[in-house]
Amino acid sequence: MSDITKQSLTELVENIENKKLSSTDVTKAFIDRSEKSEKLNAYITNDFTSALDKAKKFDQKPNFDLKLPGIPMAVKDLFCTKNIKTTAGSKILNNFIPTYESTVTENIWNEGAILLGKLNCDEFAMGSSNETSFFGNVQSPIDKNLVPGGSSGGSASAVAGQLTPVTIGTDTGGSIRQPASFTGIVGLKPTYGSCSRYGIVAFASSLDQAGPMAQNVKDCALLHEVISSYDPKDSTSIDFKRNHYSKELTNNIKGKKIGIPKEYRVDGMPKEIEDLWQKGIQYIKDCGAETIDISLPNTSYALPTYYIVAPAEASSNLARYDGVKYGFRAKGENLIDMYERTRSEGFGAEVQRRIMIGTYVLSSGYYDAYYLKAQKVRKLIKNDFDEAYKKVDAILTPSTPSSAFKIGEKTNDPVSMYLNDIFTVPVNLAGLPGISIPAGHDSKGYPLGLQIIGKAFDEQNILNIAYAMEEKINFKNKITDWWIK
Amino acid sequence: MSKKDTEYLINRKDNQYEVVIGLEVHAQVLSESKLFSTSSTKFGAEPNTQVSLVDAAFPGMLPVINEFCVKQAIKTGIGLNAKINKRSVFDRKNYFYADLPQGYQISQFKDPIVGEGKVILDMPNGQKEVGIERLHLEQDAGKSIHDLDPQNTFVDLNRSGVALMEIVSKPDLRSPDEVNAYIKKLRSIMRYLGTCDGNMQEGSLRADVNVSVRPKGSKEFGTRCEIKNVNSIKFMQMAIEYEANRQVDLIEEGKTIDQETRLFDTRKNETRSMRSKEDAHDYRYFPDPDLLPLEVSEKFIEELKNDIPELPDDKKKRFIEEFKLSSYEANILVSDIDTAKYFEEVVAKMGKNKDIKLAVNWITGELFAVLNSKGLEISQSPVSAKNFAILINLIKNGTISGKIAKTVFELMIDGDKDPQKIVEEKGLKQQSDPKALEALIDKIINDNREKAIEYKQGKEKLFGFFVGQAMKASGGKANPQLINEILKKKL
Repeated sequence: MSDITKQSLTELVENIENKKLSSTDVTKAFIDRSEKSEKLNAYITNDFTSALDKAKKFDQKPNFDLKLPGIPMAVKDLFCTKNIKTTAGSKILNNFIPTYESTVTENIWNEGAILLGKLNCDEFAMGSSNETSFFGNVQSPIDKNLVPGGSSGGSASAVAGQLTPVTIGTDTGGSIRQPASFTGIVGLKPTYGSCSRYGIVAFASSLDQAGPMAQNVKDCALLHEVISSYDPKDSTSIDFKRNHYSKELTNNIKGKKIGIPKEYRVDGMPKEIEDLWQKGIQYIKDCGAETIDISLPNTSYALPTYYIVAPAEASSNLARYDGVKYGFRAKGENLIDMYERTRSEGFGAEVQRRIMIGTYVLSSGYYDAYYLKAQKVRKLIKNDFDEAYKKVDAILTPSTPSSAFKIGEKTNDPVSMYLNDIFTVPVNLAGLPGISIPAGHDSKGYPLGLQIIGKAFDEQNILNIAYAMEEKINFKNKITDWWIK
Repeated sequence: MSKKDTEYLINRKDNQYEVVIGLEVHAQVLSESKLFSTSSTKFGAEPNTQVSLVDAAFPGMLPVINEFCVKQAIKTGIGLNAKINKRSVFDRKNYFYADLPQGYQISQFKDPIVGEGKVILDMPNGQKEVGIERLHLEQDAGKSIHDLDPQNTFVDLNRSGVALMEIVSKPDLRSPDEVNAYIKKLRSIMRYLGTCDGNMQEGSLRADVNVSVRPKGSKEFGTRCEIKNVNSIKFMQMAIEYEANRQVDLIEEGKTIDQETRLFDTRKNETRSMRSKEDAHDYRYFPDPDLLPLEVSEKFIEELKNDIPELPDDKKKRFIEEFKLSSYEANILVSDIDTAKYFEEVVAKMGKNKDIKLAVNWITGELFAVLNSKGLEISQSPVSAKNFAILINLIKNGTISGKIAKTVFELMIDGDKDPQKIVEEKGLKQQSDPKALEALIDKIINDNREKAIEYKQGKEKLFGFFVGQAMKASGGKANPQLINEILKKKL
């Protein structure tokens, strides 16, 4: 039984289709391991009982035509799930049970998957270490008291720790790729508009995008194929021809041109990150592809731009959590007093910080200097990529400027925390797809990731490059099960 | 009337002040569903029964633009002779209130869907052009109900998310009468277009009124005050009257006017301060990232243009030319689309040998009187246009006299009866047989020999006496024209 949770999604699907395993076997195995893994604090809400019922039902009447036949799966608690509590990691939604399902999770259940539970995340996806969650920090399966990254920290821990075969996260500035990199797994942030935002608790609407997180590239491709769909309920969803990403996956990337942007060689970047990047360049060449030095001149403006645009949108998106209609409400003397108490008690410090930043940059007198200027820079950043893609098919960078850090290490230094996203943020600002794959370990044995950035809607291409590199890298995640007695 | 006579000025000692008014009209888009959701917009439903997850701003819910509302806004823009912007942007107007579930209103700030336009008002002293600054689409908020419970406020979200068109005029209005004419004209145009029902009782049309005053002849604008959310023309006029006088009094006392938002208290007939400029909300407008800029093609606009019916100004012109009506008559008929429809149907049903002037007199006279007394709209008229046309024709071809027609009309009201039948059943047909009338008149002259002699001797007044006698003898049915002719001959 213990072997089951080590299997990849692709293997599990095969074994269920070949009737070597039942959905019940698989579901039980992941529930057992999840129950033994409470120390990771990866779950906010579990739905194990009902998951087992669903697995049994599936086994009674299996449908092997589905892409995820009877596969159990836990998802980030930012996706609204019908009749299952959805908190976004916040006290303010601690009692919120949606009557509706997000399009992305709906797509997953429609392909036969079974909900295991809801995974911990930074509050409203604001954070890079999963320390801002109202439900406590998440432990990384890589090492004790190590952050799994964020905001999809529960998701990363759950995949790396084998509590779920695959999962989905959301990525506004790196929230899929950075935790994937920290925990030695694969994470894809799709092109903006590829996955519907309907039913996902919004952080920054123009940046938010759901994406798959998996143990390997093939699993990631399969899950992406399931979740990506055009959705008229999301006005920013784009109706383009989607590939059969898993079927069309190939390791043949001969002749591809891969850009290496010099601006990602930032001051103070550890040598081991630079070395990893060089190794990546060599793998690319080994695969028969070509690397080309390119320039993305506005890269250094990406992080400040992001920390204007994202909080601005968040300050408005989070205005609906006011204690009036649903969620947490504090008692107040009058309406204004109720608002103030509800939001002071209901939101954590990081969320409050970003609401204040966002409110400030949108205020009259500051709007032009901050928000408007940020939008202009955002355009320049996108232009940089457009220019680069005239010469190259994809871009290779490190996923993060460092490996995972210890819990509490950066809690009191928000700017240092924000710097984690320096390589991932430009991709969100430009609306492009980016994938992080595990590519090596640092001196402490912690995983390090490389990021492949693609053209808009060119997920197939970066998945192929990742697939080819994965084979060459042959990464082995060192999971010691330290949290299981 | 000279222009001077109709000028609205406020007089104080030796000073005269002109009033400058601009209106922001909020017109509810006539649409089955809301601006960004599929909930119904029907008026008068039980509280909170027409609320979707989007309207109540549940987590992860997203707005999707209602194409029909966009078409309605563009049509209204065309009706206002305005520039249609092919690219417009929805912005968020951020503020907290219990009946604003999102914590922001989706509106259009920098790039509205409709730009500058104009409407023409028919004033007693001639036409007046009022500039339109812009028209934009926005969501309505819900309704807070403060008087149902001493401790709590109740919120009804049925209206939350309903599409509104905010139509902003230039500060071109100068009197309460012009405001009256402007609102009526806007309403008329939108009712012709079917883009707003203009029902002020149901809140489909309300306005924020900007008022300032300045010494007569001055070119500079005074400091303005905005009177929020006034929901009847009468209240708008009263509010302007009060507010303009208040401002003039301040100036006369040597005080300054604070730019502020004021409320009109309909019970006390006064405006009072709601918030000053310093307390004004910072709405932190920014483009709504959930919605892409709204882009419409030339073709889309052209197709809507083809859909535009004849509007009041054109209809009026045609009525004057085609039916030889006076400007006054035409105005009365076109100002309300249903009146115009009724009139045109009557004209059509009257057939070839028609008397349009007579029809107009009867519509604006007898019909309006009946509608007024019964409190009915012309669309609810108890007499159909078809039967009305028959009645006019009966008068025109001499079957009945105008006087008898009034009797017939009264009988028609109950159950929209065919006037032809009434005339036949009641034997009200006019006596137009010269021989029969001659016999009748001979008898009258015989019976009143002395009076006939007096008449011949010059007492011409007695002619009326003989007409009266003849009518009386015929039971009112005699053709008065024939009676006249025969009497003249015989006397």
